[in-house]
Amino acid sequence: MPDVSSNLSQAVPLEAEQPAFEPRVVAFFCTWCTYMAADLAGTSRMKYAPNVRVIRVMCSGRIDPQFVLAAFANGADGVLIGGCHPGDCHYQEGNYNCLRRVRLLKRVLEELGIEEDRFRLEWISAAEGDRVRVVINDMVEKLRALGPLQMKKEVALRPLSPEEHALQEVAV
Amino acid sequence: MAESKDIDRNGVQIGVYVCHCGTNIAGTVDVKALTEYAATLPGVTMARNYKYVCSTPGQELIKRDIHELGLNRIVVAACSPCLHEKTFRNVVAEAGLNPYYFQMVNIREHDSWVHTDKRAATEKGKDLIRAAVRRVRLHKPLERKRVSINPAVLIVGGGIAGIHAALTMANAGKHVYLVERDATIGGHMAMFDKTFPTLDCAACILTPKMTAVKSHHNITLWTLSEVTQVDGYVGNYQVTIKHKPRYVIEDACVGCMECIDACVYKQAKVPDEFNMYLGKRKPIYIPFPQAVPQVVVIDRESCIEFKSGKCKKTCVEVCADRKAIDFKQQETTETIEVGTIILATGFFTFDAKRVPYYGYGIYPNVYTGLEVERLINAAGPTNGEVILRDGRKPQRVAIVHCVGSRDENTNRYCSRVCCMYSLKLAHLIKEKTEAEVFNFYIDMRTPGKGFEEFYNRVADEGTHFVRGRVADIYPNPGDGGRLLVCAEDTLMSTVRKIPVDMVVLSTGLEPQADAQDVRRRFHITCSTEGFFLERHPKLAPVNTFTDGVFLAGCCQGPKDIPDTVAQAGAAAAEALALIDIGYIEQEPNTAHVLEEVCSGCKTCIPLCPYQAISFAENKKKAEINEVLCKGCGTCVASCPSGSVQQNLFEDEQIFAEIEGLLAYA
Repeated sequence: MPDVSSNLSQAVPLEAEQPAFEPRVVAFFCTWCTYMAADLAGTSRMKYAPNVRVIRVMCSGRIDPQFVLAAFANGADGVLIGGCHPGDCHYQEGNYNCLRRVRLLKRVLEELGIEEDRFRLEWISAAEGDRVRVVINDMVEKLRALGPLQMKKEVALRPLSPEEHALQEVAV
Repeated sequence: MAESKDIDRNGVQIGVYVCHCGTNIAGTVDVKALTEYAATLPGVTMARNYKYVCSTPGQELIKRDIHELGLNRIVVAACSPCLHEKTFRNVVAEAGLNPYYFQMVNIREHDSWVHTDKRAATEKGKDLIRAAVRRVRLHKPLERKRVSINPAVLIVGGGIAGIHAALTMANAGKHVYLVERDATIGGHMAMFDKTFPTLDCAACILTPKMTAVKSHHNITLWTLSEVTQVDGYVGNYQVTIKHKPRYVIEDACVGCMECIDACVYKQAKVPDEFNMYLGKRKPIYIPFPQAVPQVVVIDRESCIEFKSGKCKKTCVEVCADRKAIDFKQQETTETIEVGTIILATGFFTFDAKRVPYYGYGIYPNVYTGLEVERLINAAGPTNGEVILRDGRKPQRVAIVHCVGSRDENTNRYCSRVCCMYSLKLAHLIKEKTEAEVFNFYIDMRTPGKGFEEFYNRVADEGTHFVRGRVADIYPNPGDGGRLLVCAEDTLMSTVRKIPVDMVVLSTGLEPQADAQDVRRRFHITCSTEGFFLERHPKLAPVNTFTDGVFLAGCCQGPKDIPDTVAQAGAAAAEALALIDIGYIEQEPNTAHVLEEVCSGCKTCIPLCPYQAISFAENKKKAEINEVLCKGCGTCVASCPSGSVQQNLFEDEQIFAEIEGLLAYA
């Protein structure tokens, strides 16, 4: 059996003053399915990680990709979108529009160096309170492993340079 | 991003009210810390916490502060907005402010109830309040629109729930369309012999109501019909109904039933659905003697004319100049307009074959409860005699509770009615056959008026009760076809094997096989078990998340006849309350176009599921018809120039919320 006592004495002391990383997740839930599911998780007293803050929208189709980008730009470590299952949208097909935007947005986020696990779309019906618990716990777990969001330096959000600004003006 | 307390440029004065909800919130979230924190946020003039903000003193507190402190924005951190947003909007309105100068923060369902770490829950509460405070500053005054409501109502399903709701609505002077997919109304209740615990005859209490439905001048009854499509919204639904062919003209048939006697089939040969296939009927038949409407129906699967086209058509001959039989009848559809909808689509009885070790479908003497119900019924296939398939009278009978209920392998939930109907069957079987009856139960569940007394009565009559789940049923070797019922008697701690002549499986209640299709058609949701989901289990038990669509009876979950009738009455009352106001107030969360920004790209137009957006050719701008807009916001998210905005969910309001959530010091 190897001697571990010397290893222990050499171990780096724990940084007690540094609090453990707690990811912050912004969630956009549609009011009819996933928000109701989160309410159900509450009335059923299910317990899940306290890292998620929910913004209620009428439909997942209302979620502008800019909301997701704004959340990341303002310091969110993860963004979760919850909508009705395919075929169940209260507004017939808003969730399909959401899905299309999410697929495009994932490519943009990849370009920005935002890891795949930081952005998640889930279909959760009003009856699936437990799914809210499972998804949130799973996502927070993965974000803990990933650590704080660090975007690629070259694409980190910053004000546009005058040249870039001019270019954009031309494009419009 | 530390925030400093400053005076708002626009004169915004925010009041924040943190609710304790007794200990529901205050037990997990430090409400005092939340209040102190809220008071430091820019724009906040007053922050308080109170035991129950939704109570009258709590509401008065808000109103007083609005008057005395000149507050013009209110934030309440309490339960889910789905519960009390309306309450507080009304409070704000009563104090003279626009009701939409209000934002609710959910620190109960989304915080105190789902977290145990007090510190983390309090931090979450602070973030949520900060977001709401930032958002509410940007709120705008909005007006609710009023649309008229169509007083007609659609009721789907003609069981006791649909019948009771239909009569209640019709008696109140509203026009009712009652749609039933079978050839008669009556549902499961019509199949029962007696009802527990009073043992009054089901037909005697049901059939007068069925007849009343048929003769009521305010009820349009459509049997053999199904709803295929639902458009519109509360107050103004357009419903498409499919009428399946009966091959008998309803208005021409007088119900003499001479055609049934005249049918070329001299003997009834077709297994009879109404009698759980224990009896036989002819291809032209009436489901049961008291069926409503009293009109025969032809089953094209077994009718010789449909099979070969070469029948003598003795039925047509005998019908003579009444000319009620029409082999060429086709399926038709029609669209009706109604303001409200009551779903009373009932349940499906559990298929006992799914528990193979009980031997249903293998051993002829294993029956389901509903089959025995038909055997007991005087109008049933045996004229009310409880006899086995070989004609013998059973001397020992086992009744197995919880078949397809409270079972990990089938359904986990309790079907609520089985204990009571098992007791009823025990009593009736004993009365009819003097057999020895053994009830195998897990727990005896008799909660209801007179139910426990009924249990005691059945026990006093000598029915044996064995507490234990039946593990196996198989033939007893050398015992003349008797079956052995094996169960661990958990009160005696022994395994018991009881030989019986007849086994009755008390099958549970399941959602209808097509419940998922139906819920999609009506834009409502189902619970995990597959029953239709009510808006709130306690406070809105007959409402759904779709305004104007109500639930009655077992489509919402298993229940007995008294509860079904009570719920049907409640659903009718809810619908009546809606109709009698005469108008619907719509949430003002509709979308509108900022014309000066719109580039006329038309991206939004095809995305609208309600065709509410059109293109104004003269202005080259998109235009939204506010009456058609349902407020989903899909067009808003799609607009590349940000020219479409949604009331209550404006971009800048949501951005403020996002920034607020994350702007921690």
